[in-house]
Amino acid sequence: MDLFEYQGKQFFARYGIPVSPGEVVSTVDEAVAAAERLGYPVVVKAQVQVGGRGKAGGIKLAGDAEETRTHARNILGMDIKGHTVELLWIEKASDIAEEYYASFTLDRSVKKHLGMLSAKGGVDIEAVAAEDPDAIAKIWVDPVDGLTEEQARAWVEAAKLNPRATEGAVDVLLKLYRAYVEGDADLVEINPLILKPTGEVHALDAKVTLDGNAVFRHPDYEQYDATQVRDERERAAHEKGLQYVGLDGYVGVIANGAGLAMSTVDIVNQVGGKPANFLDIGGGASADVMAGALEVINNDPNVRSILINIFGGITKGEEVANGIVTALGRVQIDVPIVIRLDGTNADLGREILKPHLSDKLQMQPTMLDAAKTAVALAGK
Amino acid sequence: MAIFVDENTKVIYQGLTGSQGRFYGLLNRDYGTKVVAGTNPRKAGTDVEGIPVFATVGEAVEATGATASCIFIPAPGVRDAVIEAAEGGVKFIVCITEGVPAHDEAWFYNKLRRDFPDVRLLGPNCPGIISPGKCNIGITAGHIAKPPAPGEKAVGIVSRSGTLTYQALYELKLNDIAVSTCVGIGGDPVPGTSFIDCLEAFEADPDTHAVMMFGEIGGSAEEEAAEFIKSKMTKPVVSYIAGVTAPPGKKMGHAGAIVSGGKGTAQAKMDALRDAGAKVGLNPTEASQLMVEVVRNL
Repeated sequence: MDLFEYQGKQFFARYGIPVSPGEVVSTVDEAVAAAERLGYPVVVKAQVQVGGRGKAGGIKLAGDAEETRTHARNILGMDIKGHTVELLWIEKASDIAEEYYASFTLDRSVKKHLGMLSAKGGVDIEAVAAEDPDAIAKIWVDPVDGLTEEQARAWVEAAKLNPRATEGAVDVLLKLYRAYVEGDADLVEINPLILKPTGEVHALDAKVTLDGNAVFRHPDYEQYDATQVRDERERAAHEKGLQYVGLDGYVGVIANGAGLAMSTVDIVNQVGGKPANFLDIGGGASADVMAGALEVINNDPNVRSILINIFGGITKGEEVANGIVTALGRVQIDVPIVIRLDGTNADLGREILKPHLSDKLQMQPTMLDAAKTAVALAGK
Repeated sequence: MAIFVDENTKVIYQGLTGSQGRFYGLLNRDYGTKVVAGTNPRKAGTDVEGIPVFATVGEAVEATGATASCIFIPAPGVRDAVIEAAEGGVKFIVCITEGVPAHDEAWFYNKLRRDFPDVRLLGPNCPGIISPGKCNIGITAGHIAKPPAPGEKAVGIVSRSGTLTYQALYELKLNDIAVSTCVGIGGDPVPGTSFIDCLEAFEADPDTHAVMMFGEIGGSAEEEAAEFIKSKMTKPVVSYIAGVTAPPGKKMGHAGAIVSGGKGTAQAKMDALRDAGAKVGLNPTEASQLMVEVVRNL
C-alpha cells in the first residue's frame, strides 16, 4: 500500500521522526485557511503517489494568502504523470542548510534490510546511484539483530554528512528503522532529509509503502486501503477480493494462479493482441468467483473478447466447467468468450461445456490457440 | 533418487486439524506420502482419520521420528510455526501459507540460517514439493506428474509459480517424460529455498538428467540462477519467464512479482539465462516442447 506524503509524515511522526507541521486540504479556501493557521511562509505540495512533483510544478512556496490561493488553484486538478491532484499538503516552510537522502527497503538478493544514506539528497536517487554510486553509503541490517546505534553512527560517517548533522541523523535513522520494521513497511524513504541552519535534522518528504499482508497486526492500516489509487475496474475487482491489474488493451483475461495469469497476458501480446487486464481467480474457480471475474471484465468498456484460461489441478475439470456454466447463466456477457481448460479431468470438463458452445462461446485446446482465437474475435 | 524428499520422508502437518491442512494432508497421504502426525496444542491426543495429533512439533518428532513438516497455519501464526518446527527437530519445513508479512519472512530466514543452519525452509506461499511416485507435500495434484521408471531419464522442475508448475508437470506427462522432483519455491520476496539451492541439488542428483526452471518478473533470483547455471551446471536447463509484458510498478499477483526501477524485467532474465546456455521458451508450452527435445537427445 502506497501512502501519500501527508500519510507518510503522520506515520513518521508516530515514531518520533521530526516532520514539519502541516494540514491536508482539498479546496483553495481550505488551503488558505490552513496557511493562515500555520503562519507564512508555507509550501503548497501536490499529493500524488508518483515522483517528480517538483519538476511538474506541483510544489510551490507561498509567502502570503494571495500566493497560497494562486498556487493552490493551479495545483489542484493538475495532471502529474497521469495522476490528478485532488489533495494538497500545506506545510510550514523550513530553512534548509543541506539536503540528504535516507531509506530502508528489503534487499531481496541478500535477504537483509538495506539502508541507503547519501549527502546528495533532494534529487533523483537513481540518478545519483548511476552517476556517482560512491555517494550512497549502504548498510545491510540483519533482521534478527536490528540496527544498533553504533552501526548507525558508523553509517552516518561513511555517508560523509556534515558533522553538525551527525547526532540528529543517527537519531532519525534509528527511528526510521524502527518505523520500517515495527510498521511493516516495504519501503521508507526520506528525500530530502534536511539539515536546518539551526542544526536540526528533519524529514522534509515521506515516501512510505506498507505491506498489505501485515494489516492483521495494524488494523488502522485499513484507512490506507481506502486511499489507494486504483482505476474503477481495479476498485470493483478489489471489492470482490480478486487479484486484478488493469492494462490498456481489449482482450479480457481470466486465469487461475498468478503465474498462469501473467503467462496468459504475455501470450495475448505475443500473438499480436492487447490484454485489457491481469486477473487471477486463485485455485478454486468456483461459480461465484468466476461470475465475479466476468462481471468485472464485462464492465470494462474496452473489452472486445474474453479469454478464460484454467488449469485444473486439485480442482477437477468438471468442477471448473460447471462453475463457468453457472457463472455465464448469471452474468450477461455481450462479447465473445474463448475458453481453454486443461489439466485434471479436462475431458469431462470439455464435455460439460460442449452443449453451451456457439460463436460467442468457443473452446480451444491450448493456450496459444485460445489466445489467437480471442485476439481474432476482438478484431471483428 | 530425488531431491529433498523421497519415499522415506516422514511428515508432520502443522495445522492438520484446519480445513486446508486436513484436505491436503489426507490427499498427500493418499498419494503415498508418510503423513505421520499433525499438531494442534488444543487437540493433542485426538487424531485425523488415524493420523495422531500432538501439541507441538517437538512431541510429534519424538513420537514418530518425522524429519519434515508442512505448514498450513494462517499467516499470523507462521513466524512462530516455522521456529517451532526448527526447534522441534525437523530438517525440512514446507510452508504453504500465503500472505505472510515480508518482515516475518526476512526475520525467520535469517534466524534459521544462524541458529538452525541444517534446516531447509521451502516457501512461504508455495505449492510444495513432489517427488513423483514417492512423496508429495503440499497442494500439487499428484496424478499430473509422471514418476520415473527404474533407469528412466527424468527431469527436475523448479518454479516460482504454482499453476505454471502444474502446467509443466502436465505437459511433460503428456509427452511421456518423467519427473524426479518438482519444487515450487513460491512467489514471495524472501523464499526460504532459492532457484540456486534447487539447481545445485538437481546437479548433484544422479536421477535428474535435465532441469526445467520457471521464473517470473521481479527481484534478481533468475539472474543469480543464470550465473550458477553458467559456472556450475553440466545438466541441460530449459527455462520460461512469466511477465514479459507486465507494466513496471504493478504487482502481478505474487508479492514478489513487480518490476521496479527498471530492475527485474523478464527480458533481462531471459537474456541472462540464454547467455548462460539455457534454452528459453516464450511460453510454458514452448518450454515444454524444448524439454521434450532435450530429453530425446539425452
